[in-house]
Amino acid sequence: MNALSFHPPDAAQPPQAADEAVVRFEGVAKTFAARGRQTAVAALEDIDLTVRRGAILGVIGRSGAGKSTLIRLVNGLEKPTAGRVLVDGTDVARLPEKDLRQLRRSIGMIFQHFNLLSSRTVYDNIALPLEIAGASREDIRQRVDPLIELVGLADKRSRYPAELSGGQKQRVGIARALATRPKVLLSDEATSALDPETTRSILDLLATINAELKLTILLITHEMAVIRGIARDVAVIDNGRIVEKGDVFDLFTRPRHPTTRTFLAAESGRALPAYVAERLTERAGPGSQAVLRIIFRGSHATDPVLSQITRTFAIDVNILGGTVDAIAGRPFGTLIVAVPDEADLLKRVTAFLTARGLDVEALGFIALEADRASAPAAQNEGGHSHVA
Amino acid sequence: MSPEIIRLIASSTLDTLYMVAAATAIGTLIGLPLGVFLATSKRGELLSAPLANSILGVIVNATRSTPFIILTVSIIPFTRLVAGTSIGTTAAIVPLAVAATPFIARLVEGSIREVDQGLIEAARAMGASPLQILAKVLVPEALPGIVLGLTLAIVSLIGFSAIVGVVGGGGLGDLGIRYGYQRFMPDVMAAVVLVLILLVQGIQSLGDALSRKLNKRVRHG
Repeated sequence: MNALSFHPPDAAQPPQAADEAVVRFEGVAKTFAARGRQTAVAALEDIDLTVRRGAILGVIGRSGAGKSTLIRLVNGLEKPTAGRVLVDGTDVARLPEKDLRQLRRSIGMIFQHFNLLSSRTVYDNIALPLEIAGASREDIRQRVDPLIELVGLADKRSRYPAELSGGQKQRVGIARALATRPKVLLSDEATSALDPETTRSILDLLATINAELKLTILLITHEMAVIRGIARDVAVIDNGRIVEKGDVFDLFTRPRHPTTRTFLAAESGRALPAYVAERLTERAGPGSQAVLRIIFRGSHATDPVLSQITRTFAIDVNILGGTVDAIAGRPFGTLIVAVPDEADLLKRVTAFLTARGLDVEALGFIALEADRASAPAAQNEGGHSHVA
Repeated sequence: MSPEIIRLIASSTLDTLYMVAAATAIGTLIGLPLGVFLATSKRGELLSAPLANSILGVIVNATRSTPFIILTVSIIPFTRLVAGTSIGTTAAIVPLAVAATPFIARLVEGSIREVDQGLIEAARAMGASPLQILAKVLVPEALPGIVLGLTLAIVSLIGFSAIVGVVGGGGLGDLGIRYGYQRFMPDVMAAVVLVLILLVQGIQSLGDALSRKLNKRVRHG
């Protein structure tokens, strides 16, 4: 993708601080008025959110959480009932129709179902926003050709959307969204209709565009994999409210809100292995062991803490599951272990780990072998081969 | 069949084609924009004009619910006003066009409404004006359907054109009634029916082919 250099920095924009807001939601609420038999619906409440220039902000939520409404407020497809949505300092809702159209040309948008015109070829689809903006035929050609190169569809120039795969269609969608050199790209579930591998390639393309063109991206999704794959900042939306927001790594490794935990539950490593989840109990039983989730963040991800615990406390530790992975480029590991449930041992182990900068979460208790329930826990030697 | 009869069939065929072509042209000229408007002017739609939409909807329905022969007779004063006479092939174009317009409008409306709402949203997000959305998105995307609708309208007009004989409007239908039926000439009747069948077949095939060529939603080979 060497064709990226054609996009010069927008000369019209004065140099601005890196953390300056391109999009800002200020106390935004959106209520859909009652119509006919339907009662009024509060889609969004009390939204404060900032998208910094050059950032990739992911908003994650279930369907119906209000995320589609949220993204449509940015380009004025929806109007807030309270608060303000500012794009480069301009209150979108207060723009007259003509100025709003002008503003929309500086905001690209890609969609879950691509929304390409079936009657136009790849080239003509990408040309559409430029035609709408009144560009000359020659200007359009000079803009569209490199964009086709950029998204890797040079051999599909004269094809119709029906002749393309889902991933190729989204590449056309992306090229089309970039045609008018926008300052923000809105991504509305852009990978939700794609298989995991195609999703990966589309996310990579978006990441490249973000890095090379310094294009700010606001994306909404219901898939944690998308957030983890591309975003640096994340906001979790539930029931029309933002319940948690911050750095992706922090949120993945220290989720606070139950909704965030639900989204993370399916993530690899966080989920308990089925054989553990089935036997996990809230109270200690005879011979049961305490189950802990140890989270290694950043530089601690490679610490040999297990052998340290074994030595320090002279106990055996059962490994029940775990992974080491990278999130937002930083290493992150999860380990699920069982330790003997003795006196204050649990407290001491927890304190030991916390002192070393690890997060520890007590998940419950597990009787590792029912038929040896009466045997002292300490005799449960490392022989249990439940390691995932 | 005498050469004279053959000449009659030929000129009647031309009369029919003339009436149908003119009525289709006028009907499309008015019906196409009318249909586009009907498809986009309900509350909250692109051109949101609910009152105009309701009024035009009532007029369209009223015209479409009037049987064609009643329509032809009841608008004779209007026909005279427009065509200068109420009798003859040219005058017959008026009721045909009046009947074709709302018919075409409804067919066009249906085709436009078939277009994915997501495309309208995408075009709005690009900063397109309502007229640009109509011209660059809705009509081109609906074109295959519109072509099929027009084909249907033409075929229906050929049927209607048989009735305008009551106002002296010539054509194949008129020939069939006057010669085939009233003068007991079954061969003329058979010839008229045959020409009509060929005409309808030909127009339908042409319309299908054109629509298929315009429709890029399916892969061809």
